[in-house]
Amino acid sequence: MVPLSYYLFLSGLIFSIGVLGFLIRRNLLVMFMCIELMLNGVNLFLVTFAKKFSSLDGQIFVFLIMTVAAAEAAVGLAIIIAFFRNKKSANVDDLNLMKW
Amino acid sequence: MSWLTPDINFKIISPELIILIVALLVLILEPLLKGRSKNILPHISWIGVALALVSVITLWNREELGFNQMFILDNFSCFFKIIFLSGTLLVILSSISYLKEEKIFHGEYFSLILFATFGMMLMASSLNLIVIFLGLEIMSLCLYILAGFRRYDLKSNESSMKYFLIGAFASGFLLYGIAMLYGATNSTNLKEILIFTQGFENPLFLFIGLGLILVGLGFKIASFPFHMWVPDVYEGAPTPITAFISSGPKAAGFSALLRILLFAFGSLHIDWSFVLWILAVLTMSFGNVIALSQTNIKRLLAYSSIAHAGYVLVALVAGGDSGISSAMFYLLAYTFMNIGAFIIIIFLGEKKVNLDDYSGLVTKYPILGITLALFMFSLAGFPPTSGFMAKFYVFSSAIKSGYTGLAIIGVLNSFVSVYYYLRVVVIMFMRAPVDEVQKVPIPFFLGLALLFSVWGTLHLGILPQSFLTLAQNSIFSPF
Repeated sequence: MVPLSYYLFLSGLIFSIGVLGFLIRRNLLVMFMCIELMLNGVNLFLVTFAKKFSSLDGQIFVFLIMTVAAAEAAVGLAIIIAFFRNKKSANVDDLNLMKW
Repeated sequence: MSWLTPDINFKIISPELIILIVALLVLILEPLLKGRSKNILPHISWIGVALALVSVITLWNREELGFNQMFILDNFSCFFKIIFLSGTLLVILSSISYLKEEKIFHGEYFSLILFATFGMMLMASSLNLIVIFLGLEIMSLCLYILAGFRRYDLKSNESSMKYFLIGAFASGFLLYGIAMLYGATNSTNLKEILIFTQGFENPLFLFIGLGLILVGLGFKIASFPFHMWVPDVYEGAPTPITAFISSGPKAAGFSALLRILLFAFGSLHIDWSFVLWILAVLTMSFGNVIALSQTNIKRLLAYSSIAHAGYVLVALVAGGDSGISSAMFYLLAYTFMNIGAFIIIIFLGEKKVNLDDYSGLVTKYPILGITLALFMFSLAGFPPTSGFMAKFYVFSSAIKSGYTGLAIIGVLNSFVSVYYYLRVVVIMFMRAPVDEVQKVPIPFFLGLALLFSVWGTLHLGILPQSFLTLAQNSIFSPF
């Protein structure tokens, strides 16, 4: 039996990789994947605690998060395509039209 | 494990159902209608919103739980639904002529606005973190699309892209926070979290989770360290959507924050109020100081909306009954005056967004000039407008709870804000008009929306008692 803390540590690691990737990488698609990575880190966390409490709330929440992530992917990719059509680029540094 | 019987109560979700049905109806009708007959779509939408408003009012003063305690109907949620629905009504009415002018008159626009409103309403009336998250996502996903609705315009693309990236990033934090609360308390229900936090043992997870939720919702309400998307998104999005983003989602974020902080974590007020104190001060000061140097009116109102989020945070710090009711009153007043100001920008079009374009506006369009001046006075907090009463209640609730320093900082901040609001008024009244473009008549529905927001601004300023009593009657009480 693997102790619970291992899973929590792994989930924190996945989440942190997602956050770091979002902050460091410059390609819109990669940033987008990093957001998905963050959500999956959360999913692991929820499943771990659902197992510990043997309650269903956490597991159902995971399904809902997956659904939302799918919807987010659809919207996000559509926005990336709309941006790419006008600018011919998928680099976040090209989002430079508006600055204070 | 016990099996739960489905606890379905359609009566208490009737406003949401109306909005959802109308949104689906508009979505279905859009491809079926051809040519000019599409003009009925906005009218279907705003009639639906008005119907939902009526159904919210009929549900006033009832307290019911439904859907296995996931959904709650109380005056608190009804008050917030009134805010969202009046904001949506104003936005739909004022965007009809705008969409035709920009050649983006599509039915999806209205159904997306309605779906976003549905999400906000779900957020305001849920007692479960899962439902709050789902409502937030329904709202945000629609707003990401709407921000990029002028899809041939690079600025609109950029605004939508930035909004999406930052919003999705923030919802990741919010989710991790919710997961941690679940891990700490074995429940996502706010009532059970409330019972847990009243105990003696508060694990570290609880506080980390609360912090992460604050980060996630802080992005939505645009409080200080999480505000950087606001000016860019506001500038690039179509102006009616800017008006929409600045009122509804912000109020929805605050409704969730009020429920989580003051209901579930009410007993830990000492622990989180200090953090919020700092956030409130920084949000107010930052928004107001940066707004001083803006030359684009949409960006100016974006920074002003950051500052206004700071004022509402003051009410949250104050807490207690007067804090909650003054925050709600503030959000209602802000919806009317802010959308009102945006309606005039909507009328002038996407090309006239620099402050210099407003010089001599009052000689060209006397009504628009005077109403914009009224909204600017209200945003700055002059009596006898709603902005003054709202600020008065917020700061007096802060003083009542012993946060005199915070109230003083807030008042000083609103002095700073007078400069940039009055600059708009001065440019409109004191300078000569720059161009001799043909004067266009004000479209009927836009005028109606303008009239409605002027009424709201003046009514809440001169006779605040009626709505303040409503707000005071809508405070949630721990069960």
